[in-house]
Amino acid sequence: MSTIAWTRRRRAFQRSWTDYRRDREGVIGLVVLLLFFAVAVFASLIADPENLRAITAEANDNPQWAPPSEFSPLGTDSLGRPIWDQLVYGSQVSLLVGIAATLIAIVIGTAIGVIAGFFGGWTDASLSRLTEWFLVIPFLPLAIVLAAILGPSVRNIILVIGITSWPVTARLIRAQVLTIKQRLYVERSRALGASSAHVMGRHILPNVMPLVIANATLTVPIAILSETTLAFLGLGDPTRISWGSMLEDSFSAGALGREAWWWYLPPGLCVIAVVLAFTMVGRALEGILDPRLRDRRAVGR
Amino acid sequence: MTFRFVVGKVLGALATLAFVVVFNFFLFRVVETNPVATLYRGRNLTDSQREELTRQFGLDGSKLEQFGRYLEQTLQLNLGRSYATNQPVIDEIWAAAPQTIALVGVATVLSMVLGILMGISAGWRRGTNQDRALTSSSIVTWSTPDFWLGMILLTLFAVRLGLFPTGGISDPSASDSGLGKLLDQLWHMTLPCVTLAIAYLGEFALVMRSSIVDVMREDYLTLARAKGLRDSQVRDRHAVRNALLPSTALIAINFGFVLSGAIAVETVFSWPGLGLLTYEALRGPDLPMLQGLFLVFSAAVIVFNLLADLVYPYLDPRVRYQ
Repeated sequence: MSTIAWTRRRRAFQRSWTDYRRDREGVIGLVVLLLFFAVAVFASLIADPENLRAITAEANDNPQWAPPSEFSPLGTDSLGRPIWDQLVYGSQVSLLVGIAATLIAIVIGTAIGVIAGFFGGWTDASLSRLTEWFLVIPFLPLAIVLAAILGPSVRNIILVIGITSWPVTARLIRAQVLTIKQRLYVERSRALGASSAHVMGRHILPNVMPLVIANATLTVPIAILSETTLAFLGLGDPTRISWGSMLEDSFSAGALGREAWWWYLPPGLCVIAVVLAFTMVGRALEGILDPRLRDRRAVGR
Repeated sequence: MTFRFVVGKVLGALATLAFVVVFNFFLFRVVETNPVATLYRGRNLTDSQREELTRQFGLDGSKLEQFGRYLEQTLQLNLGRSYATNQPVIDEIWAAAPQTIALVGVATVLSMVLGILMGISAGWRRGTNQDRALTSSSIVTWSTPDFWLGMILLTLFAVRLGLFPTGGISDPSASDSGLGKLLDQLWHMTLPCVTLAIAYLGEFALVMRSSIVDVMREDYLTLARAKGLRDSQVRDRHAVRNALLPSTALIAINFGFVLSGAIAVETVFSWPGLGLLTYEALRGPDLPMLQGLFLVFSAAVIVFNLLADLVYPYLDPRVRYQ
């Protein structure tokens, strides 16, 4: 690619970044996200994986059901495991599942949306029908059935959420492709004898990419919420702790009746914080892509 | 609205239902060719036992034969027997359905009414602190896991304050008379219902807010003001009526979410509906039960979407004449 094109792209990116920085919510969301990512990546620096094991808690004679105290700042669970370490390591599974599942959903959704929108006709009719079907099928019951059949593991949870979350993306991308297809530069490229693959790869895909990214940012929070619910229903990976599995553990151990709030309050708050942060970033990105949207949503003007 | 329109929508819904039924068949045959092996792992089965079980699950014969039998049975609403209780799946589903219909029905209406009211007051006073507070709380409720909200409300209002029962559907000490029993059940339904309503009002509030904001630019509002109508009259008679349409379209979509949300929320409050049935079926896992529940959940959402499609033209003439 020529230097001119690169300069142009870098400028466009800088312009978007300047726009983004003006969006206060978007900046807050980004900061919160970076914080959670730092916790997930550097988990071993602020928490000890040994503390996640019931055997360690027993060997150290940890107090069980201990409220936040000097021994453990966030208290312990029914087996004496400190809540803090679970919370820190739980962020890894929640973020991993959220992002990996979104990647799968976005790849499927974008592929189906681009193919349907670009080729039209029969291809479009059948792919759109399929998308509509999957849109109508209630997501959670489908995910539950799939997860129950595949068996509980992090990989399967990612797969399940990924292959049930693509229809919204597909519909969105298809609509966008339909408008891009009409543009003059696509016609010019066609007139010069470009193949379908060339037009899709060089013109359609780069143009839907910003929309794909904004949509992905808004799909991650849904995937994280889904992981939390599936884990709560006992479909999570039994060998890995996630925020959802902490909620399940506390619920089945009877933490509600004992008012052991320190066990189930923090994981829920973490889910809300991460989901909110992704949503704020996604809305800010959408706002840059479609200023009308930002104007309509804007609260302070 | 024409006859053709209705027939088209009904046929579309039937096609979706048929897709779900076929999908359901393959769903349970994707991973394992024979679930007997997985389910009875570690148990010694004689060959004849194995064959008997395979036959019971409808897994003998060729794939085509299996499919034919599955279709025939599903059309007769025979969803097989539960592994856990050995009762017909459909009977257990019928027994649990009324509780879920009551819970989800009331919660859907409640979340819609609350959400729409929030959206109206946020959109009408756009840019004020009130708008900011309402909009951010809608987004926060949207971000909250529904069952976690239930856990918090349960601890607060049932365990700590003792204002509501901690779970179940009735109290043994409650009177057996019709009205007393009903009131007791409603009392048990309050917390799960409020949980679902709060968890799902955000979407309504955001959609309603943005359609109010859209409507505010319309000429007929300027006209209504020029006529000398009071602010509240302009809002209620002109703005809200026109802005309500997108929110009504949301009911069908939201119904699916509330129904799904009921799975985990019913579990938290041990409310004996389809959600708790799902949770219990997952323990096994009780595959025929899960399969049946999946069909019923999907059918409910499809029927609800169809109803919404059919009612919408009555509400919006622009759709009717297209």
